[in-house]
Amino acid sequence: MAVDFSLDEDQELLRREIRRFAEERVRPGLRARDLAHQFPAALVAEMGELGLLGMLVPESLGGTGQLPLTYCLAVEEISRVCPSLGVTMSVTNSVCCWPIVRYGSEELQRRVLPELASGAAIGGFCLTEPGSGSDAGAMRTTARRDGDEWVLDGEKAWITNAGPGRWFVAMAKTDPAAGKRGITAFVVPADAPGFRVGAGEEKLGLRASNTAPVFFDGCRIPAANLLGEVGEGFKIALATLDHSRLGIAAQAVGIHQRALELATEYARERVQFGVPIAEHQAVRFTLARMATELAAARALTWHAAARESSREAGRLAAEAKAYASEAANRACWDALQIHGGNGFCEEYEIARLYRDVRVTTIYEGTSEMQRLVIARHLLKS
Amino acid sequence: MEIELSEEQELLRATVRRFAAEVVAPRAKEIDASGEFPLATFRAAAELGLAGVCVPEELGGAGMDMVAYCIAIEEISKACASTGVILSVNNSLVCDPLQRHANDEQKREFLRPLASGEKLGCFALTEPEAGSDAGAVRTRARRDGDAYVLDGDKVFITNGTHADVALVFASTAPELKHRGMSCFIVPCDTPGFSRGHHEYKLGVQASGTTQLFFESMRVPAAWRLGEEGDGFKIAMSTLDGGRIGIAAQAVGIAQAAFEAALAYAQERRPFGQAIAGFQAIQFYLADMAMELDAARLLVYKAAWAKTTQKRYSLEAAQAKLFASEMAQRVTNKALQIHGGYGYTREYDVERYFRDARITEIYEGTSEIQKLVIADWVLKAG
Repeated sequence: MAVDFSLDEDQELLRREIRRFAEERVRPGLRARDLAHQFPAALVAEMGELGLLGMLVPESLGGTGQLPLTYCLAVEEISRVCPSLGVTMSVTNSVCCWPIVRYGSEELQRRVLPELASGAAIGGFCLTEPGSGSDAGAMRTTARRDGDEWVLDGEKAWITNAGPGRWFVAMAKTDPAAGKRGITAFVVPADAPGFRVGAGEEKLGLRASNTAPVFFDGCRIPAANLLGEVGEGFKIALATLDHSRLGIAAQAVGIHQRALELATEYARERVQFGVPIAEHQAVRFTLARMATELAAARALTWHAAARESSREAGRLAAEAKAYASEAANRACWDALQIHGGNGFCEEYEIARLYRDVRVTTIYEGTSEMQRLVIARHLLKS
Repeated sequence: MEIELSEEQELLRATVRRFAAEVVAPRAKEIDASGEFPLATFRAAAELGLAGVCVPEELGGAGMDMVAYCIAIEEISKACASTGVILSVNNSLVCDPLQRHANDEQKREFLRPLASGEKLGCFALTEPEAGSDAGAVRTRARRDGDAYVLDGDKVFITNGTHADVALVFASTAPELKHRGMSCFIVPCDTPGFSRGHHEYKLGVQASGTTQLFFESMRVPAAWRLGEEGDGFKIAMSTLDGGRIGIAAQAVGIAQAAFEAALAYAQERRPFGQAIAGFQAIQFYLADMAMELDAARLLVYKAAWAKTTQKRYSLEAAQAKLFASEMAQRVTNKALQIHGGYGYTREYDVERYFRDARITEIYEGTSEIQKLVIADWVLKAG
């Protein structure tokens, strides 16, 4: 036991390798993909080959079995260059693989995880519906047992990886009268009869990630695709989100890091009133705040990741997610301000980051939901 | 990366917490009102090793690490911020530079009694015209045979009313500006040394803040700390460490305010329910907990950096900036949660709110921290 903020050798190495991959492979074409709302399937496949899509899957099931902190470092480095790929990666790792690793039957794990972990397939998570976002328990999608199958009916909204996804963890009500306790989790393959993906959303940011509605029209899946027990779905969803918040916090930290780099570079080069604007105290103070909040966000995120199996994990992850996402939003705002008019033009990277960062305070639990989670922990203890 | 306190650190926390509750807290309100310097409490704290936490045992200290020191300052400050800063000054601003720069004779003569709490130390840098611009000190030290003769005034000297030993910064070569500054260890019974009246302040009322006057004060050359001209370097490196102590103090004050607010929110029942049930109050509490956790991590990180890195100015400045501003926000929210009662002296939050304010000012204002941080960011990025 110790107070030690250093990364171990493997983590340092992995961090450097991913940074190189992100700069060399991901950065080229970034802007074009963003403008075209283009999902980079080939890059995602490369990430799979590097082991980045099954980081939380045990090696025996084809994954790389990394610690949560190591996984966060990877998400951070990918998001520093491309937040769209950051969320693509975070979703398949954290909300698809993770609950299957934790709650899936051995047979289900063997059938699904090697494919996901290798990147041969990617995954998604179907919880949110048009009428139920933060109030996830109010979902309307239903599932009824029919012989050896489950039959799902309903509609899910804003599903990351919906289009390219092959496996989905999906929540549906098996006992609508039982409220949250009537929710059950399933693993749905994209080729299940009655499964359909709607048109991709046009979004403010994260345009190179795929987001679309998913429809279950009498969608039939084998009984063996039940995840956990009947009625356990809400618990599984909350546990999954408790964990996945780490990934979004790490994504926000990566964006924040990049915003600070861009602002620093620009402030050093841009000359106004005869000196680089970095010489003006107002600009220096802004950089200082961005750097300090980045240190705080990263400390919260790494600490939450390192303590993922502790009793306070839920509160720590909520704190990390709320703080890191809000700090990253402030940092992007400040970085754009430092760029002045140039920052408002898409030619400058900060313009895209400013759009990309916005969703981090919304998805996988809004900032408001994080605060309720934190308060609940505080008032319970 | 791991943030778990060792058994020794946990034991220290428990010991100091008990001491703070039994000895420090009962007098906190009274000495805040009277301004009485808690000399007996200082001596009692010294018996636990808190006057020289990081000083090796053979030199009279407790021989513990920097994290342990932060824990001690946090726990004491939670009970009484005045006592917190008294100890912080003795540890960080007096014992620490003596440990780093004193020769064996000076260590025997001064460090040992200061670390064991037999004597109390103060740090005399600031002058009426030299606050943030510490290089502008006007106190002069002229060499005269085997002594120096000091003339000048110091202001805002914590522990000044009761100190037995002062570290005094004076210019031995005014034409060299800050490079002409030297540091002297001055017994406070030296002829020519006198003290002003107790400064009546907004907060940390009992910390013995006063002016010091030197009139033809002869200090043996043997009591010069370091070489002539080393003074500014000694002062700045000392303040780097001091900032970590003040950051820990801010965390302690904020923790006290948070705990009071959390308890009050569950007791106070307007509109037929505890205010902790209202979302607005829950969000305040969540923000307080989140920022407190972030600040404490930055404090630990700075403590870790001081132990493991050659330079830690960045981490210390970030911890100080973040923790002090956090304490301001947290004590403000705590007072708000208490409503009208919080504004009265009947409740402790009013004192926490006043005590927190100075943490943004002393041992380097927030503005100075931002300049330090921005320099690092612009150098590194």
